[in-house]
Parts: sequence; C-alpha cells; structure tokens
Amino acid sequence: MADTVADVHQHEAHGHDDHHHDQSWLEKYVFSTDHKIIGMQYMFTGIFMAVIGGYMAYVFRMQLAFPGISVPGFGQVSPGEYNALITNHGTIMIFWVAMPVLIAAFGNFLIPLMIGADDMVFPRINRLSFQIFFLSSIVLLGSLFVEGGGFGGAWTSYPPLSANGDYNQTQLGASLWLIAVALEFVAFLLGGINFITTLMNSRAPGMKAYDIPLVCWMIVIASILFMLSVGPLLAGAVMLLFDQTLGTGFYDPARGGDPILWQHLFWFFGHPEVYVVLLPAIGITVEVMATFARKKIFGYKLVLYTAVATGVLSFFVWAHHQFIAGIDPRMANVFTITTLLISVPIAEMLFVMIATLYGGSIRLTTPMLWALAFMAEFLIGGVTGIFLGASGADIYFHDTYFVLAHFHYTFFPIAIIGSFCAFTYWFPKMFGKMMNDTLGKIHFWGTVIPFNFIFIPLFVLGMGGQHRRIYNFQHFPQIAGPEYFQLRELATIALLVMLAFQLVFFYNVISSWMRGEKAGKNPWKANTLEWTTESPAPHGNWPVDELPTVYRGPYEYGHPDREEDYWPQNLPN
Amino acid sequence: MAHVRPIATTRSATGIPTARLAVWWILASEVVIFGGLLGVYLMHRIGHPEWAEAASHTQTWLGAINTFVLLTSSFTAVLAHQAAEKGKGKEAAKLLGFTILGALMFLMIKSYEWYGEIVAGYTITANNFWSFYYTAAGLHALHVIAGAIIMGFIAVDAYRGRELHRVEIIGIYWHFVDVVWIFLFPLLYIAK
Repeated sequence: MADTVADVHQHEAHGHDDHHHDQSWLEKYVFSTDHKIIGMQYMFTGIFMAVIGGYMAYVFRMQLAFPGISVPGFGQVSPGEYNALITNHGTIMIFWVAMPVLIAAFGNFLIPLMIGADDMVFPRINRLSFQIFFLSSIVLLGSLFVEGGGFGGAWTSYPPLSANGDYNQTQLGASLWLIAVALEFVAFLLGGINFITTLMNSRAPGMKAYDIPLVCWMIVIASILFMLSVGPLLAGAVMLLFDQTLGTGFYDPARGGDPILWQHLFWFFGHPEVYVVLLPAIGITVEVMATFARKKIFGYKLVLYTAVATGVLSFFVWAHHQFIAGIDPRMANVFTITTLLISVPIAEMLFVMIATLYGGSIRLTTPMLWALAFMAEFLIGGVTGIFLGASGADIYFHDTYFVLAHFHYTFFPIAIIGSFCAFTYWFPKMFGKMMNDTLGKIHFWGTVIPFNFIFIPLFVLGMGGQHRRIYNFQHFPQIAGPEYFQLRELATIALLVMLAFQLVFFYNVISSWMRGEKAGKNPWKANTLEWTTESPAPHGNWPVDELPTVYRGPYEYGHPDREEDYWPQNLPN
Repeated sequence: MAHVRPIATTRSATGIPTARLAVWWILASEVVIFGGLLGVYLMHRIGHPEWAEAASHTQTWLGAINTFVLLTSSFTAVLAHQAAEKGKGKEAAKLLGFTILGALMFLMIKSYEWYGEIVAGYTITANNFWSFYYTAAGLHALHVIAGAIIMGFIAVDAYRGRELHRVEIIGIYWHFVDVVWIFLFPLLYIAK
C-alpha cells in the first residue's frame, strides 16, 4: 500500500518529500506543509494583528480620556475614525487574534505532537487554510484605507446600519470588512476539519479516547462548535453582502426584510464563538496546572463532559444579546434560564482546577502564574455575566460600559492570558530555548495588574449608565461629570502601562530565542508526548521508527509506585 | 523523490478511512450553511403569504427536468464508485464523465431558466422571494460547479488507475449536492 501511495504521488512534487532534499527558505517557512511551521505562521500573524488591535485600543482610549487631543502616533480622532477603530479593534481581537492564536496556532502546533502523529492528516489543506487566513488579514487591513474609511458599524455589524452605504458612509469598507470575515471563516472551517479528522483517526497506537490530553479535546470540541454554528452566519453574510452590493432587501423592513434576522444569525454563531475560544484556553490552563501542581487532573472526564455540555448549551443562549431588541418577553425568559444554566458547567471546570491545585506541590513558574491568573480573572468575567444574562437587569445594563467590561474580563483572560500561558509553557518546545523567568514574571505582573485597573473603572462607569458607543462624553453634559472623567483617565493610563509592559515580552522572546538556555527534550518534566521529541521538533516530529506508542493517560504525576514524580505516556513501565 | 503521505493520513483509529471521515465533516458544515439559509427562507415564507404570487412565476417544469438530470448524474456517480471498487479505473472515469455531463446540463438548463426570469423582470432585487430564490439556487449552483471541477481531476486520475478511493469521496459529496436540490426544488418551485 505504502509503495503504491508513493508511486501515485510522483507527479505531486512538493509536500512531504522534504526530508530528502534541501529546501529553499521559501519552501521551508512560507509554503511549508509542516504543521509546526503553519502553527507559527498563524501565531506570528496573530501577534502582528494583536499589535494593531492594541494600537487601535490606545488611540480610542486616548480620545475617550482626553477628548479632542491630538493622539501621539495618530493625530486627531474624527467620529468616523473613532467608529472604525472600535469596530476593527473588536473584529481583529476576536477573529484575527483569539481564533488564530488559540485555535489555529496551538491546534496546529500541539495536536499532532500531543497525539504522537507526524503531521496533520491533510497537510496541504492545512497550508491552504493559512493562505486563505492570510489573504483575509490583508483584505481586513486594506478595508481601513479605502475611500470613506474603514467600516464603523461595530464588530457585530447590525443592519440596517451595515447594509446600506447611505447610513454607514463606508460603502466599500463595509463590504471589504464582510468579505474578510467570511474568508476567515472559510479558513477556519478548513483548519477545523483537519483538526477533527486528525484527532479522530491519527492517534498514536494505544492512545484511547481518555488518554488524549485535554487541550487537544478542547480545541477539537471548539472546532466542532465553530463548524456547526458558523454556517447560518455564512449564509447570512452572503445575504448582507447582497444587500450592500446588489441592493436586495433581506434586512430591510421597508421591503419585507427583517433586521433582527441578522442579530439571530450573528449571535447564533457569536455566542458559541465565546466558547470556541474559551474551551482551548481552559484546556491550556488545565494542562499547565497539572504539570506545575505535579498532580493528576482532579476530574479528567468531568472536564471533558462539561465541555461537551457547554458546547450543546451554547447553541441555546444567543438571544440574551437581544433582550432589548424587541424580542418576545416570553422568549427572553427562556433565554435567561439557559444563559444562567451555562454557568454551571463552566463553574464545574473552575472547581476542577481548584481541586487539582489542592494538595499539589505547586511551582510558581511563569506559565503557572498565567494559568492561575486565567482562573481568577475569568471568574470575575463569568460572575458579571450573571447580571447581563438576567433579562431584567440587562434592560438597564445593555450597551453600557458594564457590558464592555464584562466581556473584556472574559475575552482578555481567554485570548491574552490564555495565549501567554500557552506561549510561555510551550516556548521551549517551539524554539528549543528556555524563556527568562524573571522577565516573564515582570511581564506577567505588568500585564495583569494594569488589566484590572483598566476594566474595574469601566464596570463603575457602566453602572453609572454610560453608553459604550459615545465618541466624546463632553457632548453630553449630564454624564460628563469630573468623577467619571477621572475613572476614564485611570483606565487609559492603566492601558498605557500595560502596553508598555508588552515591550518586556517582546524583548524576552527575542533575547531568549537568540541566547536563552538550551531547553532539552522535557524541561518541565511533563508527561504528554510532545515532550518526548527534540526541542524544537524536526519535520515529521519523530524519526519514523520512533513514533511513540501510548500506555497511559496524560496526567500521571506523583504516582506512589514510582521514584520519579512523573510518568510519560510513552513509557511501557 | 516521490511524495510520501504523512503517516498520520494512513492511520485510522476509528476504522473509517480518513478521507471519508473528512468529507462527512465537510458535509456537516455544509448542512448548517444550507440549513441556516433554508430555515430563514421558510420562516419568511410563512410570514409572507403574498410571496406565493411571486413563486407562481417560477418555471416548475424546468425545475423538474433539472431534478431528473441531477438524480441521473448521481446514479452514474454510484456506478462509478462500483467500478472503482472493482479496480476498473477507466470505467469509473467514463462514468464520472457522464456525471460531469449531467452537471453541465443542469447548469445549462438553469442558465436558460434564469435568463427567462431576468428578461421577464424577476431579478434578484424584484422582491425578497426572488432574492432568496437566486441566493439559494446560486449557492447550490456554485456547489455543482465546484463538484464538477473536482470530479474532473478525480476522473483524470482514475483513468490512469490512480487514487481510486477518491471516486467514492466525490460521490458522497455529489449525493449531498443532490439532496440539497431535493430540498430546494419543492421549497422554491412547487410551493405556490
């Protein structure tokens, strides 16, 4: 069989023949089919987009705290630019940072390594996925510079504002924005099919369902959630694009259309999307906690089952985004109940984390600090969600800074803290060097403390009734009191501090990469399979005759019968 | 050197060949795309009884002929799979060729039909029924085009006796394209 496969593919020159001849730089790093390189491509694109998204946040926070000033590095912010900045900040941070880094980058990098395979099952589809994603990034960034400016109708893109160029004044920007998002969805559908099939079919011999590391499970469950929720929105995006360009009336009530329809389609995807990015972050955290508490995960199956339960429930909560959009109050009741229910499985996962830590011999390395911070900060995000999920309270809180602070308390731990946690934990495997722990801890505290100073004031502002889409609060004397301005300035200054501390991270990455201590195969003394190969792993991950076989679950730490406190999955005994 | 597949691709922990597993997941993602669109259409249709007037201008007979064409092309796809199972690459390629012909005929009839509609003034912006009509049928037609192109590549390979397992994979996809049409035809043409 293998012979015929090799024979059959003689006409397809590129791909996995790369063991056999020297590749050019382009072949190796740009058009590679190696899952690790593709993962890196996703990661660096994601980091680049994160820098842009952070820059946008800096510009509009400056405008909010000091209205009308000429922002250093940008200039004066016009209302249209302000809208384009907040819209694209949200879009970039969710679709071009959280998704590519948490799912695509770590999914690509980790899944084959952790299940003991030499690559993804469809390496070339994997490459195509990244290429489409890269194209989508260019389209999105390009949309900021077209005539009329970037789209400013918020990342949720509600019609009729988004559907009609006469309303949003950014005819071309709006369409390009939509095309970029749709392309990005296609990229992740292709990637997701690869992840799911790889996990199902390509596991190392001996690896049963409950021997799979949780982070792989989480990324794959997230991919399935994404795949099942994004379809209606893709159809809806085509309809919106036709409304924008051809002049159809799908979302135009004057012509028999329905603008609320978009909200349903968007949030039917948009709310599962929260869990699409949350689950990988939880998987990463759990992985790191087990390693640095030197203890078995308290409830492996519990985490897995609650993840599935979360996934199922997440399809029945979307209308809590529309409590004041004119939906039937009886429907609002139902969605309040499902929304409050979904906090149960998530709470269980947090309890599992606490129980895993309990009695462990905890090592406070940089990745472990990130993992603990994830737990603490996400908890605040989850608890404040209860206020918004209750339809009565939401009538007051809707579209205030309270909502904004709430979802930043969920998304920041997920996308930023979770990514840093994974990045610092797997950095030795990616680059073969150890990261500087002191610099890592300075960066950690310099990120987490200012983060709280940004968003706790925004909770207060939100409870004060401040609307989240106001360009200049001086235009509204009744809510422009000095005490509010002080809070806004506090948040902005905290943001500046946090952004400044990211320089420590970049310095740390570059200096550790250049002249860090060599990492060796298994610097953390962890059990999972990626630590059994060289750091960085070669193409094909293991020599062909040394592909690992699995004998036990991934979290056998501190086993009483062994001298070592860890027990790698691939050791026969 | 020959292109060697990753070992990952040849493993099968589930017992299902990787390509077949993947195509089912692709279909799952397609089901929700069309499911979302048709669900939305149905809700609107129920809310707008006056669309029946617009729907009465669709050309049911042409739709029916197209249904027949598409079903026949699916039948030849099944025969192609059978031939491929027996290792008869040339036979499979010929039968896939018939399927592609079916796809082309489907698209020609569709173009003729749309041409008639557009000339009669029923364009995509005429009203929301026609918007849905063109969007849903157009999305389906895109799938027919994509399927026919991929099938062409597979038929060429099959003719040379290569990658015969792919005949089954494209067949599964083609049946799906067929099934979508089976939903579209009554919803867009028959329901008046």
